[in-house]
Amino acid sequence: MKYLLIVPALLIATPALAQSTSPSDLIQRYSAEAGRAADAGRGKSFFLANHGSGKPDTPSCTTCHTKNPRSAGKARTGKTIDPLAPSANGARLTDLAKVEKWFRRNCDSVLGRSCTAGEKADVVAWLASQ
Amino acid sequence: MYRMLLAAATAGAIILTVPALADDDDDRGRRGDDHHTRVSAVTHAATKAECGACHIAYPAGFLPAASWRKMMGDLDNHFGESAALDEATRADIQAYLVSHAGRGSGAPQRISELRWFVDEHRDEVSRRELARAGSWANCGECHRGAERGYFDDD
Ligand code: HEC
Ligand code: HEC
Ligand code: HEC
Repeated sequence: MKYLLIVPALLIATPALAQSTSPSDLIQRYSAEAGRAADAGRGKSFFLANHGSGKPDTPSCTTCHTKNPRSAGKARTGKTIDPLAPSANGARLTDLAKVEKWFRRNCDSVLGRSCTAGEKADVVAWLASQ
Repeated sequence: MYRMLLAAATAGAIILTVPALADDDDDRGRRGDDHHTRVSAVTHAATKAECGACHIAYPAGFLPAASWRKMMGDLDNHFGESAALDEATRADIQAYLVSHAGRGSGAPQRISELRWFVDEHRDEVSRRELARAGSWANCGECHRGAERGYFDDD
């Protein structure tokens, strides 16, 4: 009986759940997963690079977020995207499910693959240092 | 089209007034006094949040069910981007969109390429206005009330 009740509850609750986190929690989590320390400098190069291995309209993270994570970006639809740097936008990097969802999408769009834990650690470290 | 949207609107239940989407030349009172162009705005929280992140959450009544099924079946390749979702959320949103869909044939993927849309906008928008909006898909730039289902507010 317990079994029957728990399973549907989990299925419904999980996706909507806002798992609260912080930039430092994320750095710790991703660098533990990667087995190495985060490197903000590497995160910066990664973010600014033209990868070109993903979808043709989105060669770089800067396509939508601009080169400055403290300024607002623009989605390809024209819609404004609030800055990514936590110093400019306190809501950033505070919700694990949201961060994971956007890494999944944006890495697929830009790189044509998932980002590694190391890449995520580096990007978060750079964004948090801005 | 008028009739199709009226049907969609009625089915949508939360609709208040009828969208005026007939041809421009056909002005049989469609721009009369309290005649707001209003389709049912998205009321489903997950659809609003997830489908409103990159553009406005387009009202479900603007496309037929087959369009939504097709689109929701290929979110990894969504107009040149990934809009991927976890499966539970994806299925939940698809169910909402399909049950609030409009009518129409085929499975068009763009509202902005539908006949009524082209007719309504052809003579109404300058190049400069379009350039400022960036794209026809950016409804909210020209229609301030787009998120609430208002499209006659300019
Ligand atoms: C096609 C446009 C686009 C591209 C390219 C893109 N992003 Fe994003 N990104 C977005 C949008 C839209 C959001 C959601 C914004 C919001 O919630 O306000 C987002 C959100 C994020 C977030 C979530 C932040 C948070 O906590 O709210 C991170 C992290 C991120 N992007 C990193 C990246 C990285 C790294 C790249 C390059 C690999 C990248 N993005 C490329 C559009 C893009
Ligand atoms: C990661 C960003 C992103 C997310 C999330 C997203 N879309 Fe889109 N969507 C786009 C882009 C980019 C376009 C193409 C815009 C353009 O041509 O200017 C688009 C276009 C559309 C169009 C066609 C607009 C037109 O021209 O008439 C529809 C309909 C649409 N999206 C529905 C959805 C639905 C439903 C969802 C939620 C499941 C969703 N979108 C989530 C990025 C996104
Ligand atoms: C570049 C500006 C611009 C963009 C982008 C735009 N529209 Fe419009 N739209 C207009 C103008 C101008 C009119 C004509 C004014 C009017 O009839 O109220 C109009 C008319 C309409 C009408 C008919 C309104 C009426 O009262 O007859 C509808 C419905 C509509 N637009 C929906 C949309 C949707 C949905 C989108 C996004 C997919 C969109 N528009 C994008 C400018 C725009």
